Amino acid sequence: MAGIGTYLVRRLGATLVALLGVSTIVFLMVRVLPGDPARVIAGLLASEEEVARIRTQLGLDLPLHLQYVRFLGALLRGDLGRSARTFEPVTLEIMHRLPNTVLLAISSSLLAAVLGIGAGALAATHANTVLDYTISTVVLFGISMPVYWLGTMLILLFSIKLRWLPAAGAEGPTSLILPTVTLASFSVALVARMTRSSMLEVMRSDYILTARAKGLPEHRVIRIHGIRNALIPVITVVGLQFGNLLGGAVLTESVFGWPGMGLLLVESIFSRDYPMVQGIVLVFAFLVAAVNLVVDLAYALVDPRIHYV
Amino acid sequence: MRWWTRGSITSEYRRPSVLRRLWRQRAALVGVFIIAALALAGVLAPIIAPYNPVKQDLAHVLLPPCPTHPLGTDHLGRDILSRIIYGARLSLFIGFLAVGLGLALGVPLGIVSGYYGGWADLVVQRLVDIMLSFPSFLLALSLVALLGVGLTNVILAVGVSTIPSFIRLTRGAVLVIREQTYIEAARAVGTGDGRILFRHILPNVTAPVVVQATLSLGVAVLMASGLGFLGLGVQPPTPEWGAMLGEGRNYIFSAPYVATFPGLAIFLAVLGFNLVGDGLRDALDPRLRLV
Repeated sequence: MAGIGTYLVRRLGATLVALLGVSTIVFLMVRVLPGDPARVIAGLLASEEEVARIRTQLGLDLPLHLQYVRFLGALLRGDLGRSARTFEPVTLEIMHRLPNTVLLAISSSLLAAVLGIGAGALAATHANTVLDYTISTVVLFGISMPVYWLGTMLILLFSIKLRWLPAAGAEGPTSLILPTVTLASFSVALVARMTRSSMLEVMRSDYILTARAKGLPEHRVIRIHGIRNALIPVITVVGLQFGNLLGGAVLTESVFGWPGMGLLLVESIFSRDYPMVQGIVLVFAFLVAAVNLVVDLAYALVDPRIHYV
Repeated sequence: MRWWTRGSITSEYRRPSVLRRLWRQRAALVGVFIIAALALAGVLAPIIAPYNPVKQDLAHVLLPPCPTHPLGTDHLGRDILSRIIYGARLSLFIGFLAVGLGLALGVPLGIVSGYYGGWADLVVQRLVDIMLSFPSFLLALSLVALLGVGLTNVILAVGVSTIPSFIRLTRGAVLVIREQTYIEAARAVGTGDGRILFRHILPNVTAPVVVQATLSLGVAVLMASGLGFLGLGVQPPTPEWGAMLGEGRNYIFSAPYVATFPGLAIFLAVLGFNLVGDGLRDALDPRLRLV
């Protein structure tokens, strides 16, 4: 594994550069785009003195480069400022909501992996049969379905008509079921697609032919040689889907009133709480970058064919 | 070979055109039909919509589907079918303009990045890395939060969020094409960069870009209606599918059809674009077939 150290350093460097870029863009978004955040926070009826007070409080009256240095310094200390709505530290409120979003994202990822890999493998081993076409159709529907509509329809069926599951909130494990299924729908479809295509490719390989020639039963060929090798690119897709999952979490949490960061983000946008919006976007971006880094490194470690150049 | 046999022999071996290959795929045809029907409905909305989509009729609020209102009425007595027909116009308009913006910025940046390499590539790729660190819906959401709600800002926000995927795709295709012998030959006979880019590179990246653009149309419709659903997209009373679904959610207990039909319209539009996109991909490059 010569060169993995260099690869690690290079990949880590690229992530740090991306994170610095993300922080810069989030910093500039609030300050450079049209509109005065102080005026927006104060409200249209606020006096000039009130707006000036908020501007000083947020440090918006300082030159841009000084604001940037202060922003980065605070960021390194984990200080994301104070909420313009509650005046509580942004980091504190985010840490309060973060576990709920992480729980939802992890449960959805797991569901997507289990169902997606299962459906994809089934479709590949029954390629061009009725089963394959049925799975393909369901997958296509899953990719095309808006999560907020699916969530609403699930509430209608399982909460209103059947009264099996709670429609909203986060009280008890049953309230996690509908949001998890909703959020996982798109990823299930994508993982199934990837698994099917990856497995079809693997099943055409020479080593599969060799395994069959040795007289290995078909189910062992599929389980030991097929699925295992087909899963390598699928793991990457599951990992890289994490970003989309967080994007979908904003909508899913809004549908189910799930008290996570996505719902907090929407609430903060409506109350024009810019420090909170800035903080949540940063945390989301950092999470995505961290997961992408882990996936890339795991991929490099798992697949010996990858050269660290 | 005699001149009169030349035509028949070449046509015998000619690969069928993309349109013909697309025509052979029933699923893609269903997609074309769905999109054509929605586009036609949008264009002919003033003629075919049975009611004014924004006119309130407080005497007939939350009516279930009936002969006079085939899809029922909403909380302000507006005809849901008429609003969905007008909504098709808006959703497709947003989708096409947003993806157009993504194409207009993403493809040239991808070509420059892939063809010239060096610093241009480094800068563009770091930019892409940064943009991809934001989940695309979150990027669109943040932009709308800061720019403000409204049609133009939704198009801008959704369009900007599609740029990185076009840059990545185009760059990847250009990296392969620029190593081809015909590019080397063009350079050897003294062809300039501009001519190589427009005559040789651009036509050859068209196929993957068209597939990506078609699939992105579905994503753009989903994103724009997602913003509308949260109340951060096109503002009422304009009939927009996502906003209709968002408003209808409040009546899910008493009048579920108010939220059901706009959602179905979004689903159909996205399904249509996905079917056409998948069909185009299979027609242009069957090796890329996934499911």
